[in-house]
Amino acid sequence: MKILTANRLVDGEAVWLAADNSWVENIQLAERASDAETEARLDAAGKAALANNEVVDVNLIDVALVDGAIRPNRLREQIRANGPTTHLQFGKAARFGANAA
Amino acid sequence: MYRYDEFDQSFVNNRVAEFSDQVQRRLAGEISEDAFKPLRLMNGVYLQLHAYMLRVAIPYGTLSSKQLRMLAHVARTYDKGYGHFTTRQNIQFNWPALADMPAILRDLATVEMHAIQTSGNCIRNVTADHFAGAAADEVADPRPYAEILRQWSSVHPEFSFLPRKFKIAVTGSTRDRAAIQVHDIGLHLKKNEAGELGFAVYVGGGQGRTPIIAKKIRDFLPEKDLLSYITAVMRVYNLHGRRDNKYKARIKILVHETGTEELTRQVEAEFDALRDTELKLPESDIRAIETYFAPPELVARPEGEAILKQSQLDSRDFAAWLNQNVITHHNPDYAAVTISLKGIGEIPGDATDAQMDAVADIVERYAFDELRVSHEQNLILPHVARADLKAVFDALVEIGLATANSNLISDIIACPGLDYCALANARSIPVAQDVSRRFASLERQREIGELKLKISGCINACGHHHVGHIGILGVEKKGAELYQITLGGSGDEHTSIGEIIGRGFAPEDVTDAVETIVDTYLGLRTDPSERFLDAYRRVGSAPFKEALYGADAKAA
Repeated sequence: MKILTANRLVDGEAVWLAADNSWVENIQLAERASDAETEARLDAAGKAALANNEVVDVNLIDVALVDGAIRPNRLREQIRANGPTTHLQFGKAARFGANAA
Repeated sequence: MYRYDEFDQSFVNNRVAEFSDQVQRRLAGEISEDAFKPLRLMNGVYLQLHAYMLRVAIPYGTLSSKQLRMLAHVARTYDKGYGHFTTRQNIQFNWPALADMPAILRDLATVEMHAIQTSGNCIRNVTADHFAGAAADEVADPRPYAEILRQWSSVHPEFSFLPRKFKIAVTGSTRDRAAIQVHDIGLHLKKNEAGELGFAVYVGGGQGRTPIIAKKIRDFLPEKDLLSYITAVMRVYNLHGRRDNKYKARIKILVHETGTEELTRQVEAEFDALRDTELKLPESDIRAIETYFAPPELVARPEGEAILKQSQLDSRDFAAWLNQNVITHHNPDYAAVTISLKGIGEIPGDATDAQMDAVADIVERYAFDELRVSHEQNLILPHVARADLKAVFDALVEIGLATANSNLISDIIACPGLDYCALANARSIPVAQDVSRRFASLERQREIGELKLKISGCINACGHHHVGHIGILGVEKKGAELYQITLGGSGDEHTSIGEIIGRGFAPEDVTDAVETIVDTYLGLRTDPSERFLDAYRRVGSAPFKEALYGADAKAA
């Protein structure tokens, strides 16, 4: 399973693409791709958003569902979703809960 | 301190205006990311995991109280209330918005600061001994030469697109506190038999994935030839340094592949053609720059001894701090102080805006308005009257920066690691915090003695793990963090690269491993005066392997 992530151009905030084609700060709202067709659509949306200067550093990342919550496979992406583990008060976990990882 | 002249200020102001325009055009969609990225990097703006990061240059680590207050202002206004002092004597802000960069750089320019050449394949911030101008063992202050190199290297047209980044360090003491032998160029300022100033020149040192100790290619370079000779080195590197492979592009690889003798020959040939050109430094220019770094007027303060004697009797904490964090100054009534940014369990190198403001007050009141950032991620007050040390200590206690652990095991260098850095493979800071908590007792740390522990979250070695007495390198293995330990590294005048001790450790086991290493050392040292590094050099790795891996030691 994959989701599309990037950093927002204006402030660098880590964001994920939601089903309504908006970029959201909470990974749990990301649209999940479980088939090649959806992956291709996400990929195309990412390229368009990059070209449109909304986001930078666009990547499709591997995730799994753990107890119904999206959990990135790589630690790097878990930390992006939650915030620095040493300053959790500044990260997304403080805003959305740490269920992302 | 160096003060900007009219040219410096207009140069920085023009760069702020230029980059502000580039940011505005990027935000308006007129410049693509591909075109903008090299522009932002030239101005110290990186993109990390959670946000942009701005790295601000602190030339040779020297700051005034006004500049420190400005850094506090940036942390408070545009960031999340803290900054991270780095191993290049710079500061990084982890959360600024791209849209705020023009305002931040405008604010910084008002106190003669900028972020130029804190990234990119150019000559980076020139670092120097953090006790420069204060240390009792110094031949001369290395900072005037660092400033000359800064002026010469700033947007140098020939050296702005090198094969790779380039780092220069200068020390003015035989005791090397600037780690010059792990720099692209290391300069050791000294006097010859005639009493003239000049440099021993080391080339081709570095850490990263291929750690190499620099080779001395000149034992004595007269000071007037500094720029001609460094230009000669840069030309040879710029011409022959590899551009086909990023990992082989540093000058250390060129020196290694060319051979020291042949490389020296090439540099000397280039130098012969340059030595009598406009690059030769006029004596008057050197002395003029030197006046900016004249020590403050240190009036006699002989009352210090009596005050210190009584204060130590009154406070054991003060006595411990005095013993650990204060070093001898060339003036007997004064001392140089290390303000530890390594509180137990804290993040190495981090300071809050309130702490920066409070330190600025101390700097202004007690330290002749001068502060240094050390490459070991601490702050230094280079000139404090011994009579004022207790007052400084009390003020530091108030803001939680009086930890008496300079050069002890909890005085850890750690890179930002995977908590922030887009290049990292593993976290560094939590490992540092865990080790620090395990060895929280300062009494125990003093019993262990000098021990430099350094942690990097990837092979690029920003945390200097290769030259840690104990080095820790975080890697990613099968999707999980794993920590390799090296022993016996050192970044001083007897530089050595640490040796990998065996297989790596899981995050939950790495502090136990460090404790095992420390206990093994305590068990085998000849007496407490034999430091960890001395003991390791005497006995080698075998007892440590045995202690860590037991019967599996051979396999490890």
